[in-house]
Amino acid sequence: MTLAQESTSLQFECETGNYHTFCPISCVAWLYQKIEDSFFLVIGTKTCGYFLQNAMGVMIFAEPRYAMAELEEGDISAQLKDYEELKRLCLQIKRDRNPSVIVWIGTCTTEIIKMDLEGLAPKLESEIGIPIVTARANGLDYAFTQGEDTVLAAMAHKCPKSVKEEEEKEERNAIHKLLNFGRKKEDISQEESEYKEHPPLVLFGSLPDPVVTNLTLELKKQGVKISGWLPSKRYTELPVIDEGYYVSGVNPFLSRTATTLMRRRKCKLIGAPFPIGPDGTRAWIEKICSVFNIEPQGLEEREAKIWESLEEYIKLIRGKSVFFMGDNLLEISLARFLIRCGMTCPEIGIPYMDKRYQKAELDFLEKTCNEMGVPVPKIVEKPDNYNQIQRIYELKPDLVITGMAHANPLEARGINTKWSVEFTFAQIHGFTNARDILELATRPLRRNNNLKELGWEKLVKEEAKI
Amino acid sequence: MKLAYWMYAGPAHIGTLRIASSFKNVHAIMHAPLGDDYFNVMRSMLERERDFTPVTASIVDRNVLARGSQEKVVNNIVRKDGEERPDLIVLTPTCTSSILQEDLANFVERAQMDAQGDVLLADVNHYRYNELQAADRTLHQIVKFYLEKARKKEQLPQGKTENPSVNIIGISTLGFHNQHDCRELKQLMKDLGIEVNEVIPDGASVHNLKNLPKAWFNLVPYRELGLTTAQYLEEEFNLPYVDITPMGVVETARCIRKIQQIINEQGTNVDYEEYINNQTLYVSQAAWFSRSIDCQNLTGKKAVVFGDNTHAAAITKILAREMGIHVVLAGTYCKYDADWFKEQVSEYCDEVLISDDNGEIGDAIARIEPSAIFGTQMERHVGKRLDIPCGVIAAPIHIQNFPIGYKPFCGYEGTNQIADLVYNSFTLGMEDHLLEIFGGHDTKEVITKGISADSDLNWNKEAQAELNKVPGFVRGKVKRNTEKFARERGFSEISLEVMYAAKEAVGA
Repeated sequence: MTLAQESTSLQFECETGNYHTFCPISCVAWLYQKIEDSFFLVIGTKTCGYFLQNAMGVMIFAEPRYAMAELEEGDISAQLKDYEELKRLCLQIKRDRNPSVIVWIGTCTTEIIKMDLEGLAPKLESEIGIPIVTARANGLDYAFTQGEDTVLAAMAHKCPKSVKEEEEKEERNAIHKLLNFGRKKEDISQEESEYKEHPPLVLFGSLPDPVVTNLTLELKKQGVKISGWLPSKRYTELPVIDEGYYVSGVNPFLSRTATTLMRRRKCKLIGAPFPIGPDGTRAWIEKICSVFNIEPQGLEEREAKIWESLEEYIKLIRGKSVFFMGDNLLEISLARFLIRCGMTCPEIGIPYMDKRYQKAELDFLEKTCNEMGVPVPKIVEKPDNYNQIQRIYELKPDLVITGMAHANPLEARGINTKWSVEFTFAQIHGFTNARDILELATRPLRRNNNLKELGWEKLVKEEAKI
Repeated sequence: MKLAYWMYAGPAHIGTLRIASSFKNVHAIMHAPLGDDYFNVMRSMLERERDFTPVTASIVDRNVLARGSQEKVVNNIVRKDGEERPDLIVLTPTCTSSILQEDLANFVERAQMDAQGDVLLADVNHYRYNELQAADRTLHQIVKFYLEKARKKEQLPQGKTENPSVNIIGISTLGFHNQHDCRELKQLMKDLGIEVNEVIPDGASVHNLKNLPKAWFNLVPYRELGLTTAQYLEEEFNLPYVDITPMGVVETARCIRKIQQIINEQGTNVDYEEYINNQTLYVSQAAWFSRSIDCQNLTGKKAVVFGDNTHAAAITKILAREMGIHVVLAGTYCKYDADWFKEQVSEYCDEVLISDDNGEIGDAIARIEPSAIFGTQMERHVGKRLDIPCGVIAAPIHIQNFPIGYKPFCGYEGTNQIADLVYNSFTLGMEDHLLEIFGGHDTKEVITKGISADSDLNWNKEAQAELNKVPGFVRGKVKRNTEKFARERGFSEISLEVMYAAKEAVGA
């Protein structure tokens, strides 16, 4: 009886939190590239700087639009005034780079010495004339991709509101109309008619531009119009967000942003599975459509066609098992997709589990497991890497998705690994990119298939048994 | 506060971790927030380490902030002691946790009561020392701890080894070409008839540290790591040391002569002159290379050298003294040891630059316009931007600087490797220059282009824009595959939809 129960409903566990992940300040690496007119200033110590420098690899040399405000002993002991110091550095940034926004990333150290960044920012902002966004992306509170969440939550406050009366807006926009002169009226109305009537929808989550275009087109096919995207390509193009707008997240780690949009900007959150994998993408679109009372068109065929094109990859993993050690919060969605591909998954490690924000995704995971007839995974929040490795030795999974600290040692012990960070940087959203997820997930298996004949699996000497 | 884009030496705890993880069966525990265990990634990736890096973190989170670590650090130490039975656990604070001013020394004492192995607190101030200084101090701390322990227990072995013997001090994990240097130095000692007593810290067991005084002398190949330990051993055990880096033909000879002097003072009667002569003239190719016409062409060419003290000083001397190259500027980021550097190189270069600001060295390179740079990965990138070739001679380094093949910088094989490095940097520079003058290798225009380079297909504006976003090195492939897909299905115009359909169908 208990056994049957265990296999159909999700169980959650929480371990010690001794696990390896990237520091959340790493979000500057992809956000500065996404928001083209921004400058990220990480206010921290040498440790933060050293991490960024090493984690970013080659990017560091390309004159990045980010830098460290490296705290010195005088800053720690408050012999130097924070305000004056930050002003000096921000003026230097303004002079050299002239960004449209400076994002301050607060770190562990600024937390501990209680540097009041949120208080200093508005003052300095008005003094130097550049908007300053403050995000506390520190390792005391957050893991890896949650860094983006703190930045986007802070940016949500900076999104403009629209001018109230629609007619008044028309009048003010007389110049705009003038510019449209010559463009045929039918063109405009035809463009509008491609969309169905629905309240404005803003999506949140930073994705590479090609993926943004791709998801926008998918929704356009259903007549759903995206009014804006948080973040947009430029800070100056942040979307209008008014009370009553609908919002939807594209990534599983954006719970603070979602909360901010709901509570502070009075938006309605469409809680859906995330558009990762063809199953996730379809569920995501269906959920959005259902909220807007739109009957989705041709989604089933579209999904089926994508699965068909993936068969070559799926053959390699069907019936195999995957173990997520957990470090970037994409784990639930990826596991759900891989289970749909025919894999089994004994354990999903995850740094932090927001059961409300991820509710639809969790339900979808459970449903997927039941439909595929496999046991539901154990979800381990704040995992303990040491314990996990003992479990990996016991379970002998066919694939372990893990951070770089463990990848080589596991490979040397004959265990296939995929480096988890790649899923954060690769394009994995939408129907089109499902192939890329599988390309990543099957790479170790394909590679090791090639080497199979050589008998080189275990490359460490047997350890003496105690 | 300092605006910084790049740093040459890491924070102090990295130095401590490098020492701890170099020893066998020593575990380090960092008192650090989540994400600070980046060291494990570096070791696992750069050194392609097969074993789990023996470093864990005792995580500092909100609860620790509110109530202090309390039992957490002690529990983590005792737990690790039980799980892996290390000989020694080193507890190290990080920048962040050192501000908390928790009484880590007390935690260590308490943990020591329950732990089978030894427990030490790394004694480094994170706001005063960098990675290199911290590594030097931690090595000294561990050596001192075990020698005092042995002395207290009266387990110190008495007397010297029968034959002349040496401790090689300073070989560590994540050190620039350290593994290869170590092998080369062992070979050199063998050639000289000297036994290697201990190599520390890499691969050493803390139990063997008590044997250190049995050696006749210590060899400290690198200026940055091991000197404090050698000085301590000299004071305590009257153990002389040689701190001449055997890098380059002249310096290697000087190092060997110093060794000869030291062991002869202790009762042997060796003469290494013939060995030096033979190696210099016939075994190492570097001396012959200096004389050959290749090297003649390098005479007076301008170079800039930048790196840590050991490598920047040694390379400067090699370039100037052994190859006749004009070193316009030699610099180091080891500001704390600047006087030594100035004294070493001032007669071999025009200018000396002591700085850890990569902008400053970048500007100096731009101003000087040397024919080649010898520096760190940072200078390699400066070189790339300015179109000047660069040989990497010092950390900070990339995975490429952890070659699998045998590439020492020390000893006689090291001289060969350095000659290759120098020569290859310069010829490539010359070749580049010639190509520019004569307009490239292929002067004829290419007439037949590859498949579909000229296409009859029309890309609409959005699709073209999308294509332009594809990274350059795969753009051609994406374009070809998309057009092939479109042609097969009879599309005449390529729109965004066609692009995505192509990607879905053929992975274009």
